[in-house]
Amino acid sequence: MTGRTPRASTGRSDARVFSRVVRWGLLIAVAGQVGFWLFGAATSAAITDEERHGQQLYETNCMTCHGVQGEGTEDGPSLEGSGPAAVDFMLSSGRMPLNQPQQQPVRQEPAFTRTEMDAMIAYVALLQPGGPEIPTVDASAGSVSLGQQLWLSTCSSCHGAAAVGDSVGGGQIAPSLEDLTDVQIAEAIRVGPGLMPPFSEETYTPHEVDSIVRYVDFLRDSDDPGGFGLGRIGPVTEGLAAFVVGLGIILLVIRLTGTKE
Amino acid sequence: MKLVRKGVEEIDDRVGGASFLKRSLGKVFPDHWAFMLGEVALYSFVLLVLTGVFLTFFYEPSTREVTYDGPYPPLQGEQMSAAYESVMRISYEVRAGLVMRQIHHWSALVFVAAILVHMLRVFFTGAFRKPRDINWTVGFTLLLLGMGAGFTGYSLPDDLLSGTGIRIGYSALLSIPVIGEWAAFLFFGGEYPAPAFLRRFYALHIMIIPGLLIGAMTVHLMLVWRQKHTEFDGPGRSEHTVTGTRLWPNYGMKALGLMFVVFGTLSLLGGLFQVNPIWLYGPFVPYSASSPAQPDWYMGWIEGLVRLAPNWTEFSVFGYLVAEPFIPAVVLPGIFITIVALWPVLERRFTGDHEMHNLLQRPRDAPIRTALGVAGVTIMAVLTLAGSNDVLAKFLQIEVDTLNEVFKWLLLLAPPAAGYLTYRICRELRDRDEHPIRRPRRVRVRWNAEGGFDDVEDDAPPGAGSPGTRPEERV
Repeated sequence: MTGRTPRASTGRSDARVFSRVVRWGLLIAVAGQVGFWLFGAATSAAITDEERHGQQLYETNCMTCHGVQGEGTEDGPSLEGSGPAAVDFMLSSGRMPLNQPQQQPVRQEPAFTRTEMDAMIAYVALLQPGGPEIPTVDASAGSVSLGQQLWLSTCSSCHGAAAVGDSVGGGQIAPSLEDLTDVQIAEAIRVGPGLMPPFSEETYTPHEVDSIVRYVDFLRDSDDPGGFGLGRIGPVTEGLAAFVVGLGIILLVIRLTGTKE
Repeated sequence: MKLVRKGVEEIDDRVGGASFLKRSLGKVFPDHWAFMLGEVALYSFVLLVLTGVFLTFFYEPSTREVTYDGPYPPLQGEQMSAAYESVMRISYEVRAGLVMRQIHHWSALVFVAAILVHMLRVFFTGAFRKPRDINWTVGFTLLLLGMGAGFTGYSLPDDLLSGTGIRIGYSALLSIPVIGEWAAFLFFGGEYPAPAFLRRFYALHIMIIPGLLIGAMTVHLMLVWRQKHTEFDGPGRSEHTVTGTRLWPNYGMKALGLMFVVFGTLSLLGGLFQVNPIWLYGPFVPYSASSPAQPDWYMGWIEGLVRLAPNWTEFSVFGYLVAEPFIPAVVLPGIFITIVALWPVLERRFTGDHEMHNLLQRPRDAPIRTALGVAGVTIMAVLTLAGSNDVLAKFLQIEVDTLNEVFKWLLLLAPPAAGYLTYRICRELRDRDEHPIRRPRRVRVRWNAEGGFDDVEDDAPPGAGSPGTRPEERV
C-alpha cells in the first residue's frame, strides 16, 4: 500500500480528470471513424468479381431483411458472427431466402446454383467477418458407435431416435435428417440453426462430428430388419397398425364368417 | 374305432365326465359375428404365451453391465445392461428371435385392443346386465391385467424409450401422498433405476400377471359357460332360450378356424411390420431421453392426461406434498377405472332395473347408455391423441401448444357433443317404424264388402325362424 497519495499534492481535481478522459475519448473516436472510413474504402476498392456477384445477389435477395451491411432489420436477424457455415447451410438447404419475412425457414429446393451460393458466402464474409467456416467432413473417419452415443445423448431428444424429426414446442419442428448432405449435418451442428444450440469445436471435436454424421448416414442407409418400419415413429404408428392392419383383418374375417341379423 | 371306444370307456369308468362332455359338446353358440370378439382376445393370449415362452429362453432380466460384441455396428463395444444385450441378441442372433419378439409384441397390442372392442360390444348391447354383471367386472379386470402385462413387458428390454416410460410410471407412483415412496420402492426395489426393478418386472410379466390373467379368464369363461350366451331379439328368440350352432362339430370348427386366422394375422404383422426397434433407441442411460416418446397405445390416454394437465395440480395438504402427476396420472385414471368397473351397479341404481336379461339390446334401445358410452369413448380418444401431440403436431404442421389448447377444448366440448348427437340418432332410429331385425311388416290390402280397402297386417314375417329349426338351448 504505497500509493495513498493525497489528492491535493498533484493538484488534480476530479473534474479535471474527467475532462481529460472525455477529450482523449473524443480523439480516439474521431481517429477510429477516419480509420474505418479509410479501411472501408480500401476494401470496397479491392472487391473481387465473385464478391461483386455475391453483392448483387445479396442486394436483390437478402438485403431487405438482413440490412445493407448485414446488420439486421426488424424483419431479419443480424448476420454478425454467422459465418460461411451458416450461410451455406441456409442457402444450400433452401431455407433462405424466405418468401415472407417472419416465416419459419423450412427445407426446400435451393433457390441458387452452387456458384451463386459461393458468391453470396464470400460477400457475407466481407460484410460480417468471423463465424464458423464450412466444416470439412469425412464420415468414413468417424465411429458409428460413438456417433450413436452422441446422437442419443444430444440429438435424439429433439430429432428423434431415428432422426425422423419431431416437434419441439413453440411452433418449432426439429426436422427430419432424411435429405441432408453430410456437410449440411456438420454445418447444422456447428451453427445451431433455429432453436438448436451451436456446438463449437470445444464441445464436439471434428472426429465427434464425423461420428455423428456417420451414424446418421448409417440410420438412413440401414434397412429395417423387422420389416416395414412404419416411419420409425414408434408406438404411435405401431398402435395404429395394430388396430388397422391387425384388428382390421380379423374383424373382416369375423364379419364374413358370422351372421348379421 | 373300437379301440378308441374301449379307451374312452375305461377312462369314463374311473374318472367319469362322459355325460358332462356330451352336454358340453352340444352347447349352443350364437352365430352373430360380434360374439367372436372375445375369442380373438383369447387366441391372441394363447399366441402371447407360446411366443413368450420362447423369449424366456433367451432373455436375461438383469441390469448387470456387459459389453456388446454382437453384429449391430453402432452398439459394438458399448456398455449396456445384460437385459438390453439379451434382447439385442434375440433380435439379431437368435434364430427366428426377431420374428418371435415381433409376433409377441404385436399380439400384445392386438390382445388389449380385442379386449377393448369386445368390451365395447358388451357395453353397447347391454350384455353386462344381470346376471352377467359379475362377469363384466371380471372382464374389465382382464383388461387392466392386460395393460399391466403390456406395461411390464414394454419395460423389459431396458432401452431408452421404455426407460423414459418407466420413469413416468415411477413418478406417478411416487406422487401418491403418504404411501408414494413405499409403493415406488415396492415395485422398483429402490430409487429408479434400481438394479432390482427388472427382476421384479420380469416376475410380474411372466408369472404373476399371466397367472392372474389365466385365473380371471377361467372364471370369465366358466361364467359364460354357466350363464350361456346372450342373443339379439328376433323371430324365434326369447329370454329363456339361446339359439345358434352346437359346439361340436360346427361351432368348434369355426372357432378353430378363427384361431388360425388370429395366429396368421399376428404372424403376418410380426413378419412384415417392425415393432419396437430397440436398436434405434439404444440402451437406457439416465441422462438421455428419446423422442418421440410414447407408451404402447393402451397407456396413451394416461400419457395424454399427463401432457394436458395444467401446472396447478401440485399443492400441499396438511404438510404433505401432492405432487404434480398425482391428479392426472393416478386420481383421474382411478376415477375412470372405478366408474367402468362398477358400471352395471351404477346403471342399475339409475334405471332401477333389477330384472334378469338374456336378450340383448341394440344400442338404439338404450339411448342414454349409448350416449354416455360414446362420450366416454370420445374422452379416451381425445386423451390418446393428446398423448401423441408431438407426432401429430409434426404431421399436421400445427404448433404443439395450439394443439394442446385444441385438445383441452375438445376434452370439454367433444364428449357432450358426441353424446348428445348419439342420443338424438338413437332416438330417431328407435322411433322409426322399421326394425331391421324384425324386418318390415308385410301389409296386405284387401277389398272389403263396402267397396273400400282394409290393411291386413301380417305379423309373422316371411320365413321367420320357426322355433325348432335351429339348435336351441334353455338359458
